[in-house]
Amino acid sequence: MLTLTDTGLVEPASQSLSTARPAVQLDGVTKRFGNATALHEAWLKIVPGEFMTLLGPSGCGKTTLLNLIAGFLDADGGEIFIDGTLVTETPAHQREIGIVFQNYALFPHMTVANNIAYGLKTRGIEAGEIRRRVEEALALVKLTGFDDRKPRQLSGGQQQRVALARALVIRPKVLLLDEPFSALDKNLRASMQLELKEIQQRLGVTTIFVTHDQAEALSMSERIAVMSAGRIHQIAGPQDVYRRPQDRFVASFIGDASVLSGRLVAVTETAAQVAVGPLTVEVPGAPLAGLAAGADVDLFVRPEHLVLVDQDATGPALNGIVKNQVFQGGHVDLYLELADHAAEPVLLRSSGAHSSSKFRSGDIVHVRPASMDLIAFPKQDG
Amino acid sequence: MSSFPMRKHPLKLVGILLVTVILGFVMLPAVVVTITAFNDKAILAFPPQSYSLRWFARSLAYDDFRKGFWNGLIVTAWASTLALAIGTGFALALHRYSFSLKSTLEGLLLSPLVIPHFTIGLGLLILSAQLTVGRGFPLVILAHVILVLPFVLRSVFISLQNLDGRLEMAASSLGASPGRVLFTVTLPLLVPGLVSGWLFAAILSFNEFTATLFVSNQAAQTLPVAMYNYVREYADPTLAALSVIYIVVTALLLTLANLFFGLGKILNVDAH
Repeated sequence: MLTLTDTGLVEPASQSLSTARPAVQLDGVTKRFGNATALHEAWLKIVPGEFMTLLGPSGCGKTTLLNLIAGFLDADGGEIFIDGTLVTETPAHQREIGIVFQNYALFPHMTVANNIAYGLKTRGIEAGEIRRRVEEALALVKLTGFDDRKPRQLSGGQQQRVALARALVIRPKVLLLDEPFSALDKNLRASMQLELKEIQQRLGVTTIFVTHDQAEALSMSERIAVMSAGRIHQIAGPQDVYRRPQDRFVASFIGDASVLSGRLVAVTETAAQVAVGPLTVEVPGAPLAGLAAGADVDLFVRPEHLVLVDQDATGPALNGIVKNQVFQGGHVDLYLELADHAAEPVLLRSSGAHSSSKFRSGDIVHVRPASMDLIAFPKQDG
Repeated sequence: MSSFPMRKHPLKLVGILLVTVILGFVMLPAVVVTITAFNDKAILAFPPQSYSLRWFARSLAYDDFRKGFWNGLIVTAWASTLALAIGTGFALALHRYSFSLKSTLEGLLLSPLVIPHFTIGLGLLILSAQLTVGRGFPLVILAHVILVLPFVLRSVFISLQNLDGRLEMAASSLGASPGRVLFTVTLPLLVPGLVSGWLFAAILSFNEFTATLFVSNQAAQTLPVAMYNYVREYADPTLAALSVIYIVVTALLLTLANLFFGLGKILNVDAH
């Protein structure tokens, strides 16, 4: 029997927090649709008050996981605990969960006030108390005075605030957010993200946020569960999933990364040396454990960690040919061809310090990975 | 296409002419019947030699028509309401659950669309002899329920498919039991579909003739059956007058429905 730490799914850092009773705990939860496994033995512990994000491409199982926690789907295996209580067989309406959908799912035939009051009425709370809490919730999302509007009379951002108020007014044990920002335009999205985060922290409500947008996940979450093809690949803080990805999928899905072909020089438990052409770099040892020296490995390099060096600078460097240059406002993206070292053009992100007119296609440049946050994985076949 | 400005074109004139001819052709029977209704003579002749309103008076006063009208209302009210209740139940079950005989059940419930009305009438008539239930209201209502059920089922089923399932999920996450979700979210949002289903059923039921002929008796005969019996005995313009009343009343009802509910909403033409 595997324990959570053995699977590497629990961060050492969260061990101290896990002495508190987890707000949500999944023990090997599995979900199948016919022959397809949508979720494969998910193990997850969410600390009270935590902002946890399920991040992954569409079809990775993140929404299935959300629906299992909410009780909209029945698990085919494993157990779900909310606030220490086993809820695997508990119907959705008894789980005390707040949920905000992508399209907000406001009841179109009810006013804003009645939408928010819905969950209070089902709880049999008396009218005066309902009115007081609805007003409080409207104030929380800055929609005081909107009581009598119908959802269709509201803008997208306002509808989302109502949906949030409706979910929070019942004081849920967990708040579930299913891609709530994807229908908003870019500027509104940023301000709603800040506001949601602020409300979440103020109320201290445990929140599970589902998104496919890694920037959103990195900026809002305390921890991120990176998912793909029905499996959780890594559960860690935003910094850690970016700087110390667990596997190739996480390394390539979070942020941009270029892959350089390298050869393993030596590996210990903690560190490994990888040679790329004339360069030798140090990477974490764990992902390469068990590999023999001389094995082919893939070195993942972030665009901001690839640096241009002058030709007459000391130390070895890789020669590259500029394929393309893209001005991005605050920075410039250079796509370089690295002859024998990379199958695809590699991306180099330089800040405004380098003038964008400095390079032309076909120019030869010299680059070297900065010796930080490099990571290598065994070469993948195909 | 809307970005192209409309231009004057010789074909446009032909189009207008064609539409006028087709509309005239469609309207022709109604126009002939309407004019005939005002004929003073006791024959169904066109065009009339002299005019009068006496056939309107007779059609409104004729006992069988008066009785047929009320019988029809009773049958229609019962049949379409029963069909609505049964159809809604089945539509909800078909929508929510998947089971092994689902497609068979769906086919069975929609089958009256392919079975001729006289077959249903004849079948029930034979059955009534077996069950020693005579011809009369219960049998007429039963026949009408069978006939209008597919229309109600279809109308409610389509409304259900257009209903966002996340609304029910949201309600349930807010603590509403399945029954509460049904009565506070699902059914209120289905009202346009339910009203249109009921209206379709009512119109079909009130006008149904073939099956009703087999299963009704003198006491339970509906207006179309009474009209049929009348035309077998008399050939005066009473029926034409009745037809005019029929058209006027129906148009009036639809106008009122449009005024109070919005016809587009009721007939499910409007998406929202």
